[in-house]
Amino acid sequence: MRASRVARWLGVPVCLALVAAGRPARGPGAAAPSAPSRTLTVFAAASLSRAFGQLGDTLRHRTPGLEIAFNFAGSQQLVLQIQQGAAADVFASADLRWMAAVRDSGLVDGTPTVFAHNRLIVVTPAAAPIAGLQDLARPGVKLVLAADAVPVGRYARQALSNLSRLPGFGADFDRRVLANVVSNEEDVKAVVAKVQLGEADAGIVYVSDVGAEVAPHVKRIDVPDAANVVADYPVAVLRRARDPEDARAFVALLLSPSGQAVLRANGLVGTAGD
Amino acid sequence: MLWEIGVLAAVAVLLVFLGLPLLSLLLRVPPAELWARLLAPASLTALRLSLVTSLAATVAIAALGVPAAYLLATRRFPGKRVVEVLLELPMVLPPTVAGVGLLLAFGRAGLAGKALAALGLSIPFTTLAVVLAQVFVACPFFVSAATAGLREVEARYADAAATLRATPGYAFRRVLLPLALPSVLAGGAMSWARALGEFGATIMFAGNLPGRTQTLPLAVYIGFQTDLQSAVALAVILLILSFTVLLGLRLAHRPPRLPWVGRAPGDAR
Repeated sequence: MRASRVARWLGVPVCLALVAAGRPARGPGAAAPSAPSRTLTVFAAASLSRAFGQLGDTLRHRTPGLEIAFNFAGSQQLVLQIQQGAAADVFASADLRWMAAVRDSGLVDGTPTVFAHNRLIVVTPAAAPIAGLQDLARPGVKLVLAADAVPVGRYARQALSNLSRLPGFGADFDRRVLANVVSNEEDVKAVVAKVQLGEADAGIVYVSDVGAEVAPHVKRIDVPDAANVVADYPVAVLRRARDPEDARAFVALLLSPSGQAVLRANGLVGTAGD
Repeated sequence: MLWEIGVLAAVAVLLVFLGLPLLSLLLRVPPAELWARLLAPASLTALRLSLVTSLAATVAIAALGVPAAYLLATRRFPGKRVVEVLLELPMVLPPTVAGVGLLLAFGRAGLAGKALAALGLSIPFTTLAVVLAQVFVACPFFVSAATAGLREVEARYADAAATLRATPGYAFRRVLLPLALPSVLAGGAMSWARALGEFGATIMFAGNLPGRTQTLPLAVYIGFQTDLQSAVALAVILLILSFTVLLGLRLAHRPPRLPWVGRAPGDAR
């Protein structure tokens, strides 16, 4: 009976694997059939992590049985994951460029909607010898930006180029500042961390990144309106969404007055004036 | 028979699982394009930086690791277990943990970094930071291989050297080290390969700047988000380099032809 021995030999681990794979991913007590549990997966730009965390709590509270899984990273990274088949229901990007990349891949359901804006700010450690924007061009300053592929990195380079057209900065201002860049980080949170730790003398981030937990550790230097860049945040339901209904509810929440209030409370700019 | 089939099946599954991602990398970029992308200035810059830093790290590891291996292989002392664990720890530590630790220790506001800053030295975002990150993650590979090699050298050779009035240092240089050399070199090659592939601690501690801190793995990661084909080309280079190192190690690591091989201790000559 050799065949049966093979079956036994292979069968035990295979059965174990099947049992493990087929088990519902919740504890024995959570088997209440009244509220079917489902998970909404939201891929969002790193700069949205705080605001979306709060909005997620709101939606979870409203919708019994709904779990929300967030994946926060640089928009460029999320796009790659979505294009390679990651299971996401909603994508919120920090710029139009990366949303267009997803749409061009045919992965967006409907039309992306801009739900918020953001602005740039320079942050420095409290002890850094930087008093104004001009100091960013001083030789020896350690400036940290996000990489050019990251939305905030692209916006920061635009703002620097805008500044060099303003009186008092000099036409080569952006070139001199870029010569001080010591690192191109993978997302905006990494820039904030390097400044907060005091390793960098300055970084360019979104206004919304300087929340209550960061503010005590850094000094803020405003970028004048004439040079500042307005970041557009589009959101879309994805074509392969497993939970399109909740995905649309999440987008609706973003655009609703209460959702916009949460975004504003977290330093983003609402779309009311658009 | 059944046993053999089972073993072969399991090995086949494992090889396919490990080989498929590598094969996918190789098939993604046609050879001609691979070559062109490699010769692009950005790729060459990353390749050069990777070679320079990983070799520097290996030299530093060998300089500090040989004494450590000697101590662990030949002496007994209180707290030896703790020292051994400390020297092995980076092998299992997530590189991101190493990166944060290095920042908090050698960053400008760090424990040791503050003192260095007083001397006008700032390590983060420099090529030196890349080397330090590589030394941190790769040294256990060297120390464990070298320790094992030194331990295998029988004590009676050291004893014989001592009876001939060799000082411990002389005995080490002329007897112990030459006998353990294959293991020491293997450890060096392993730690070099590990340093070459280091990513997490580097991007956290040294940042990412082409020409200064952007090594091949970082260029692959960043390129992955903007220029997939170039990233794959760089990944293939990394793959070929690592494969060559490990294969070279296997080929070179033949049992040393020494007079006592195959002879029981105490055999008459």
